[in-house]
Amino acid sequence: MPVNVKTFATVPEAASALSSEHGARYIGGGTLVMRAVNEGDLSFSTIVRVKDRSLSNIRASGGRITIGAGVTLAQILRERDLAFLHAVARSIGGPAVRNMGTVGGNLFAPAPFGDLGVALLALDTTVSMQGGYGVREMPIEEFFAGRDRAAGSVVISVSCERPASAEAFRYRKISRVRPKGASVISLAVHIPNVSGRVSGARIAYGAMAPTAIRAKSAERALEGRMLDEAGVAAAIAVAAEGTSPATDAIASTWYRREVAGIHLRRVLLGQHA
Amino acid sequence: MAKTALQFRHNDHEVAVFVEGGDSLLVALRDGVGDHSPKFGCGQGGCGACTVLIDGEAHLSCVTLAEMAEGRSIETADGLKTGPALHPLQTAFMEHFAAQCGYCTPGMLMAAKALLDHNPQPSRQDVVEAIAGNICRCTGYEPIINAILSVVTRSSAARA
Repeated sequence: MPVNVKTFATVPEAASALSSEHGARYIGGGTLVMRAVNEGDLSFSTIVRVKDRSLSNIRASGGRITIGAGVTLAQILRERDLAFLHAVARSIGGPAVRNMGTVGGNLFAPAPFGDLGVALLALDTTVSMQGGYGVREMPIEEFFAGRDRAAGSVVISVSCERPASAEAFRYRKISRVRPKGASVISLAVHIPNVSGRVSGARIAYGAMAPTAIRAKSAERALEGRMLDEAGVAAAIAVAAEGTSPATDAIASTWYRREVAGIHLRRVLLGQHA
Repeated sequence: MAKTALQFRHNDHEVAVFVEGGDSLLVALRDGVGDHSPKFGCGQGGCGACTVLIDGEAHLSCVTLAEMAEGRSIETADGLKTGPALHPLQTAFMEHFAAQCGYCTPGMLMAAKALLDHNPQPSRQDVVEAIAGNICRCTGYEPIINAILSVVTRSSAARA
């Protein structure tokens, strides 16, 4: 069933087309939207695309980093200033998917996909969106909470502070197939350390809810603790609190909740997967 | 619905085709250009049988909107040979029994070409990573990995 393809030069034009037209879907790299087209998804009749090179800009020179929504995962891997995201980008898809899939698109990937969003959530990222009436910024957590009602706007960029140190930001993806496989669970933690104790912990999971989510009980339990067996025990005990993972072809709800604490413990203690 | 005219480079020749709204690059190549070397496998970007190079980078043509190819250079497995002479990768696949049913082969070849074009001396791990997005249900991958690595050793021997 053919759809209309509308191409715009600028993001505001695309956003107004999206908000005025019912059944319009924005396309980034295509790995999500074209999948839906090939599958015969009838929930949209128009594809909106933008040819604006500024969406592919990365500003990573100072402490604050801004990544355009059109930046591909392969582009992240080529950028030395984004080294802290390299393990994340490399864990997604094969080379062809990384040449296509974008930062903006990854934020819309349904579980068990969307691992980059997990890392961005642990880094307290801000998402910039162009709506019909202008640009607004929101915390990524709020973005995920309202994601499925976000019709009519286009993600322009994401921005976050560089992690406190290489050691303070850790990411791990658990999949059944290597090197490429969907997540049983993915974990990103940002655990800045103030004189040996965790301060301002962020723990984010992928594949543990319809979007990336934070493990807030575990974050609270980790606050002020040291990263040793005794220090992480309380956080491990509540690791699965607040999660609602799906049962899919990769793993069951029960299994994902059961192993969340095991993998969180290994990440926090710096142990091998 | 109106068709859209599209122009791009296909294996070093300029081509122009008409596509319908929502057509993938794979459809444009197979039905428009008549190049049947990229295969339709899953239509979901999960199997790699449709892998082609766009401006030298591996892409999955089944989840590439045809319009995105406008003005760009597309390479497919059909363009690997030079006259009757096969590309070294094709010869290596033949010699190492890297194809059984052959359905994944065009995608594997293009994924391997993308690797070797950027990194002429890949390690075994590099090869495994490069074809990680391409599924083969026949060979168990080892013959494919060995075939690609044999091109590496052969070309470095030729240089020595």
